[in-house]
Amino acid sequence: MKNKAKNVAFLGLCTALALILAYVELLLQPLFPTIPGIKMGLPNIIIIFLLYKRGAVPAIWVSFLRMVLVSILFGNVMAFSYSLAGGFLSMLVMIVLKRLNLMSEVGVSVAGGVCHNIGQILMAMLLLETVELGYYMVILTVTGTIAGVLVGLCGSMLIKHTKKSSKYC
Amino acid sequence: MGDNKKNNRNKIRNDIIFVAVLLFAAVVGILYLFVFRESGNTVKVTRGGELYGIYSLSEDITEDIHTVNGGLNRLVIKDGKAFVDSASCPDGICVAHPPVFRNGESIVCLPNKVVVTVISENDGDSPDIIA
Repeated sequence: MKNKAKNVAFLGLCTALALILAYVELLLQPLFPTIPGIKMGLPNIIIIFLLYKRGAVPAIWVSFLRMVLVSILFGNVMAFSYSLAGGFLSMLVMIVLKRLNLMSEVGVSVAGGVCHNIGQILMAMLLLETVELGYYMVILTVTGTIAGVLVGLCGSMLIKHTKKSSKYC
Repeated sequence: MGDNKKNNRNKIRNDIIFVAVLLFAAVVGILYLFVFRESGNTVKVTRGGELYGIYSLSEDITEDIHTVNGGLNRLVIKDGKAFVDSASCPDGICVAHPPVFRNGESIVCLPNKVVVTVISENDGDSPDIIA
């Protein structure tokens, strides 16, 4: 019973962290004015951390809750459908790649970041009924890869350092 | 322990290969799509997935595109380049987008569902974009 409460509190904290990282990301957006739709994917640090520490199910939940809350707070219904598609594909690929155990957290994070872009663009293509958006994919692959490396490094550091103080996770 | 270390090194090697392959593919894509692409001569505008209008890049015009949701995107063609001058959408991504003039380049306004694409009149109205 006590463990369950602890678990709920911990996941709640993670959701809050992911949310604040999404907000920070939003604040940093004006740094890249020339590339539309580019994001660093900072909340993915938390998702990667959870995926390795707690397994797939908590990671999926926190990821989903984060997207719902971000859409309610800063976005709209359209943005929600994009991020849902991106988040779903990214989550799926990250879980599979983690199972395959071929790459470290960094590689998994890169694949997750790039797949997030792919999911969003596919959804936008579907909603707009246009293929022109495929164009953005090449640019977003470059930025998504770089961001994915940074996010993955942060995530793996977080995983390493929490091993020492494993009282809470 | 030694085995574990070797395993980790393999993983990091795989990471690097994966990142390198992704970046290489993207660079090839960028070169193909943006650098080696010829200039187009026509701009095609679609609204909500349907054709809205076709404009020549050689003529300087300012066109107000009234969107399906009551918004507005002002398309400007100047010096053979097309760009969105002002828009009612909240994010302003289309306005921030640099001017387009190469064949297949496009400006997309997601909130207003407006897509501006450069095409070449001679080779049909639908260039092979995703190939």
